[in-house]
Amino acid sequence: MARRENSEINAGSMADIAFLLLIFFLVTTTMDVDSGIARKLPEKSDTPQEDVVVKQKNVLDITVNRNNQILIEGTDFVQVTDIKRIAMDFIDNGGGESAAKPDGTPGKPCDYCKGAKDPASSDHPTKAVISLQSDRGTTYGMYVSIQNEIEAAYNELRNRLALEKYKRSYNDLLSDYKDNATESLKEKIDFLKYSYPQIISEPEPIK
Amino acid sequence: MSKFKKKKKGLPAISTASLPDIVFMLLFFFMVSTTMRETDLLIKKPVLPQATEVKKLEMKSLVSTIYVGKSKDARIGGDKIQVNDKIIDVSDVPSFIFSERALRKEEEVKFMTTSIKADKEANVGTILDIKEQLRDINALKVSFSTTKGADLKSNYKK
Repeated sequence: MARRENSEINAGSMADIAFLLLIFFLVTTTMDVDSGIARKLPEKSDTPQEDVVVKQKNVLDITVNRNNQILIEGTDFVQVTDIKRIAMDFIDNGGGESAAKPDGTPGKPCDYCKGAKDPASSDHPTKAVISLQSDRGTTYGMYVSIQNEIEAAYNELRNRLALEKYKRSYNDLLSDYKDNATESLKEKIDFLKYSYPQIISEPEPIK
Repeated sequence: MSKFKKKKKGLPAISTASLPDIVFMLLFFFMVSTTMRETDLLIKKPVLPQATEVKKLEMKSLVSTIYVGKSKDARIGGDKIQVNDKIIDVSDVPSFIFSERALRKEEEVKFMTTSIKADKEANVGTILDIKEQLRDINALKVSFSTTKGADLKSNYKK
């Protein structure tokens, strides 16, 4: 009789306990992945830097006021969705030559640009500056939208150049690099980044 | 007939002995993948803006998050900034970053990213103030936290 009682511990309720814990963790788990628009802030130097003179035609002025209205070059009133096209036209214009290198080699005209080559617009992608002037009262959502459109313009241009040169888009190259970081891939990505560098200037906001 | 009856009697019940194993396996998976330390938000949960060109934040352990949003109390206006479990002033952002840096290894500091989770209705002024503070202390990698989506119109009101 006694032997029969000790013969086996009942494990039938173990599943119930495990289920209980499982449901607890199921409910408390948050699987969200953080994602966002990455930006690198300009470094601050102690010595006051001399103002860099940039030709007016090499700057695309985007101003957004506290009513979330966007003004481009101080004249055109546009919508957020237009910015990508305008920025692409501006960056890819290639109307002149790139800046002379420090070692003295003179600048070359942009041979990969497909733009209108309008002499009144930017000279070269490496010279093209996008200036985003916002108001303190601008909505953050608007600000992010504009940043997103500018990013999209650069990405599309890089993608186009990458497809032409390497038969693979810039985004694909980036994900390849993440899986398998090789020197040749890094070279390609750096070349694309160098060809279409992101030069975004954010002046002090309007008070 | 009697032969059939005998066969049915011999059929054993489906064994549920492996059920706990399966459940335990799931349990361990969720236990490992769960991140329990979610800061309690003292501000209203920020509604993140949408964007298409998003990048995933790599290395979660090197990310410090700054929340920006409205106060839960509707009578208090303006944007509030929250880090960890307290609401701070803009001028306290550097000390927050320094304390975050102190928790990481020396060589990892330069890879640290600041993720700004701001409500889409927040003012750009607040964000630019934070950015200026981050610039001052050389915390240059910033990510504007967004959700992936193409509906840019919802980011701002007309």
